[in-house]
Amino acid sequence: MLRLVIKGGRVIDLAGSIDGLYNIYIMGGRIASVKAVDKDISATELVAGEGLEVIDATGLLVTPGLIDAHTHLREPGYEYKETIAGGAVSAAVGGFTTIMCMANTKPVNDNESVTRFMLKKAESAVVNVLPIGAVTVGLKGERLTEMAELKEAGCAAFSDDGMPVASSSVMRRALEYANALGMVVITHAEDTKLAGAGVMNEGEVSTKLGLKGIPSTAEDIAVARDILLAELTRARLHVAHVSTRGAVEIIRNAKKRGVKVTCEATPHHLTLTHLAVEGYGTNAKMNPPLRSEDDVSALIEGLADGTIDCIATDHAPQSVIEKDVEFDRAANGVVGLETAFSLVYALVEKGLITLQAAIAAMTINVARTFNLDKGSLKVGSSADIAIFDLKALWIVEPSLLKSKSKNTPFGGMNLKGRVEKTIVNGKVVYDANKQR
Amino acid sequence: MTARLKHKDLLGLETLEREEIELILSTAESFREVSERDIKKVPTLRGRTVINLFYEASTRTRTSFEIAAKRMSADAVNISVSTSSVVKGETLRDTAKNLEAMKPDCIVIRHASAGTPHLIAKSVACSVINAGDGAHEHPSQALLDMLTVKEKLGSIDGIKLAIIGDIAHSRVARSNIYGFSKLGAKVVVAGPATMIPPGIEKLGCAATFSADEAISGADVVMMLRIQLERQDESFFPTAREYSRLYGLDNLKLARAKKDVIILHPGPINRGVEISSEVADGQYSVILNQVTNGVAVRMALFYLLLGASKEEVKK
Repeated sequence: MLRLVIKGGRVIDLAGSIDGLYNIYIMGGRIASVKAVDKDISATELVAGEGLEVIDATGLLVTPGLIDAHTHLREPGYEYKETIAGGAVSAAVGGFTTIMCMANTKPVNDNESVTRFMLKKAESAVVNVLPIGAVTVGLKGERLTEMAELKEAGCAAFSDDGMPVASSSVMRRALEYANALGMVVITHAEDTKLAGAGVMNEGEVSTKLGLKGIPSTAEDIAVARDILLAELTRARLHVAHVSTRGAVEIIRNAKKRGVKVTCEATPHHLTLTHLAVEGYGTNAKMNPPLRSEDDVSALIEGLADGTIDCIATDHAPQSVIEKDVEFDRAANGVVGLETAFSLVYALVEKGLITLQAAIAAMTINVARTFNLDKGSLKVGSSADIAIFDLKALWIVEPSLLKSKSKNTPFGGMNLKGRVEKTIVNGKVVYDANKQR
Repeated sequence: MTARLKHKDLLGLETLEREEIELILSTAESFREVSERDIKKVPTLRGRTVINLFYEASTRTRTSFEIAAKRMSADAVNISVSTSSVVKGETLRDTAKNLEAMKPDCIVIRHASAGTPHLIAKSVACSVINAGDGAHEHPSQALLDMLTVKEKLGSIDGIKLAIIGDIAHSRVARSNIYGFSKLGAKVVVAGPATMIPPGIEKLGCAATFSADEAISGADVVMMLRIQLERQDESFFPTAREYSRLYGLDNLKLARAKKDVIILHPGPINRGVEISSEVADGQYSVILNQVTNGVAVRMALFYLLLGASKEEVKK
């Protein structure tokens, strides 16, 4: 049986309250043991050879593989933007070992045959891919999908992401029905009538640029509604891509009341403001839009105090024909898997959040939110591991991204902290030193 | 004349310095005389090609650019495009590169989407003039407004300009706020609360919901065209109520300075934002604006294209 030892790294595993120098022993794709370096004298004598692979992680950070609860892999239907296999490679580059993919494909993942197609494609993908089923048929917000069958087929959660469930009545039923199945509904919270034809955050920047604005209130109203519905139904609700101070405060308040709500924020909303839209670069166009500095501060506070449970990328590949067009007409979305960790680590470097909070938000918190048996290094679990060099510097070069689409607003940015290796089921699926 | 603009393009007045605006205005003043001649043409830009690329219907602005190019002896070609690049399945870079392959010296662009001239300008080596982009900027309109005020009042420094109407959707308002404030004017914008966008003051003006307050003591009153379709989006209840509150008539005008001048970018909605008595009255300089538009655009072509390419490269 193949054995792998990751030796001498600083291991952080929030599920096991581990933070220190540990050796990790892997056998048959599972964690066999985790031993403190100073109590594991024999490890120094380990030599790679027949059936034994040794990774020297001295000076590196070792964590459970990152989990992304929010990606768009575009397959089936939009393979020219991204595929399940290609998105998985992009994920591995970013240190992710499990990614959940949204249902807004063509056809929509609103029935078990689409789910099974996705999972079939996922079998040969380098990371774990878990489909999210649609809440309503065709994302139309009218009739519920066959959620029980979707769950049996392998869906990990339900969401109409991209298309908010406009009807409060349908949303109420969705929450009740999914909750009875032990499943979480992820809301894309947006009052589309209030958002109107807006293409960026409403404020002084939209006024200056002459672009139609989306008030942050369009998000706040929808978050408040869905929280009240979760309270009414006592169901589990997860709020996708929170971007406003108002939403953070509404969620914080709801958690205090005991509402079963969790939420996520994206690296781009934690990092950029609406000023990034100046110059009309369409890679700064996404939904929800980049907000004000005050909103960014609120997100960081929310992440620091635990109001924001998870960091999710909302990886949304778009091709040039959707992006190299008029700003008003450009598609929303940015690719995010390959820059996520470094962007979050920048917040750690600035002292805004702790390294532990950052890793928790990208591992165990995501697993707990969606009841996934992942995100920890406990003995017996799948050996899904990420190794980072926190001192490494790199510059984002869009053309070098592994994602099929290059729509990043971070091109040219200097980042610190790089993924060294990504390991799925005990197998190295990405090694920074073996690229190029 | 060796002075020239600091950029290859004219995309807006936000990025121009006061000296550059003054240079354009003084150049335009010297070209105004050409249009008064029997033979209205100078050979300055012979052999240069200007493409007028209009994605949005326009008679006045397109014709003004075309006449300006022709009076400078440049060749002008008009392209009216009814569909965006998206509909054609083409990227903006494709559009830009195709136009550039025809070797124009200048592309004049009007587009309903803010920022499109900026995106095209990044992909082409020739000059780009923004002839109006969405609700963003319309720099040549503001320049002709400034030229008209300078002609009539002698100076812009220290005057009070009131801009009345739909500020939120107006590129004319934005360019004029930048231009007039840079030249020392006090700019006050007024309109219904639904049409005063957040943070407009940061562009260099004061804002009020009262037309009377804005007009009071004004040297120049600029009325904006109201799009009647905005009623359907509840920006204002009816044209009748809009006209009552914000339409310029002799009663409202009485609050302005005695020798006030009235501007309007046209086309006017008679009886809505401006009464006929005011539009046709002694204070209206609306037709002078149109005449000055040609002079301003001649100056822009001269300053952007007049220097030889070798000179531009330094």
